[in-house]
Amino acid sequence: MGGSRKKLLALGLALLMGGALPGLLKAAPDTIVMDKLGDLYGPVTFDHNFHMMITGSCATCHHHTLGEAPEDERCLRCHTGGSPAETVACKDCHPQDRFSSAYLEKLEQDPYLYHTDRPGLLGALHQQCLGCHQQFGVAYGCTDCHERTEKGDAFYRSGDYAPQGGSDDKH
Amino acid sequence: MMKKIDRRNFLKGGLAGTAALAVTGKATSGKAASFEGYPDSMGVLVDLTKCVGCRTCEAACNKEQGLPEPAKPFNDTSVFDETGHGGMPRQPTEKAYTVVNRYDTESGGPVYRKIQCNHCNEPGCLTSCFVNAYTKTPEGAVIYDPKVCVGCRTCMIACPFHIPAYSYSSTINPIIKKCIFCYDTRLKFGRPPACVEACPQEVMVFGKRADLLRLARQRIKENPNKYIDHIYGEKEMGGTSWLYLSGVPFEEVGFNTTLGNEPVISYVKEFLGIVPMVLTIWPALFTGFHLLATRKEEAEAGKKDNNKGEGGRS
Repeated sequence: MGGSRKKLLALGLALLMGGALPGLLKAAPDTIVMDKLGDLYGPVTFDHNFHMMITGSCATCHHHTLGEAPEDERCLRCHTGGSPAETVACKDCHPQDRFSSAYLEKLEQDPYLYHTDRPGLLGALHQQCLGCHQQFGVAYGCTDCHERTEKGDAFYRSGDYAPQGGSDDKH
Repeated sequence: MMKKIDRRNFLKGGLAGTAALAVTGKATSGKAASFEGYPDSMGVLVDLTKCVGCRTCEAACNKEQGLPEPAKPFNDTSVFDETGHGGMPRQPTEKAYTVVNRYDTESGGPVYRKIQCNHCNEPGCLTSCFVNAYTKTPEGAVIYDPKVCVGCRTCMIACPFHIPAYSYSSTINPIIKKCIFCYDTRLKFGRPPACVEACPQEVMVFGKRADLLRLARQRIKENPNKYIDHIYGEKEMGGTSWLYLSGVPFEEVGFNTTLGNEPVISYVKEFLGIVPMVLTIWPALFTGFHLLATRKEEAEAGKKDNNKGEGGRS
């Protein structure tokens, strides 16, 4: 009995793999260039393919938006999985203007909005990437992911803009 | 002149008079109601569990406030090993209105904490300032007028968080320097302070203080194992516009947890209420005492004179 159940499961999985997933994977980009978050650092070319492979689950980063059940059990209270969302890009849910008066007003004017604590795009990306990188001991210094621009050097008083007494480029 | 009132009686009389006045004074002025902050004032919720110690906030503050060049680059993490006076962690200075420190905690590894003015609802600095240089704005910022500041440094002593710094480097006009919540350039226009906007980790959330308290409670409720069940700044010293969540006990990351919930003004307002009365009434009161005490003498002297006169007559 147990064996046939396993077979059924395997068949189901195979069907899933052969049917539903490739449709999503086809649409999924191999790399994503993130270049909309300021000019202190250069763009990040995110290896989406590689991260899909190592996480093994879209829900690790995309929460419920791909129709998978979310990993965080607190999300499961509402998002039990099923239909994918219209959009799956980070920037479509995580606002770039998290603390603008317009956005704060929008939050306030929607009494039914549950997600009042949704991080902005900058915070969401850093928390997501750094969270995992720290947890798994992958490099997580600022310049490990993106090069600091000249404007960034001026901002951080680093490199050519370092104060007299020497620069220490640890982060 | 005979010594009718000795020192002990003098003080006794003075104290009794003042106490009586204090009682009557209270009845007329009434006890000041506790001030819980302006209703729509803004604040910042700092979530220490998110900070990675990148010091971007320090760089942003330096740029926004036009502060002088730092001793080390803002991406230099060796500053975390620096200590100030008496081995204390770094504190804000005249050249840096905010600093990030690292705390090696027992429970959760290194925890980073940004220090700046907490913008109290009832600021101790404001209470202590005798030239009224400080203002608590309806937006929530505690700002000060450098033109009015005389550099007496009383606010440095009054501040329970040791925030106001002093421009010791200025020989001509040394004044107080501290974080002003980016009031002039940002808060006034409804924008978050530079440090909040620059933080890549979104350690800080900017919003109405009342909303932030709700948000903080929600975070604690949703993650009971992640956070200590306390919002630092909700009640401390009468409440502050900047609020903190932590995953380790607050005292482990340099917070003073013994401050209590009463603002500085509660400790001094009764005394300060008496001062004007003392200054106006004590002179009259003691002049009266003096006259009363010496009246007998004068009367006796007068009697003698009269007696002399009477004796002369009889």
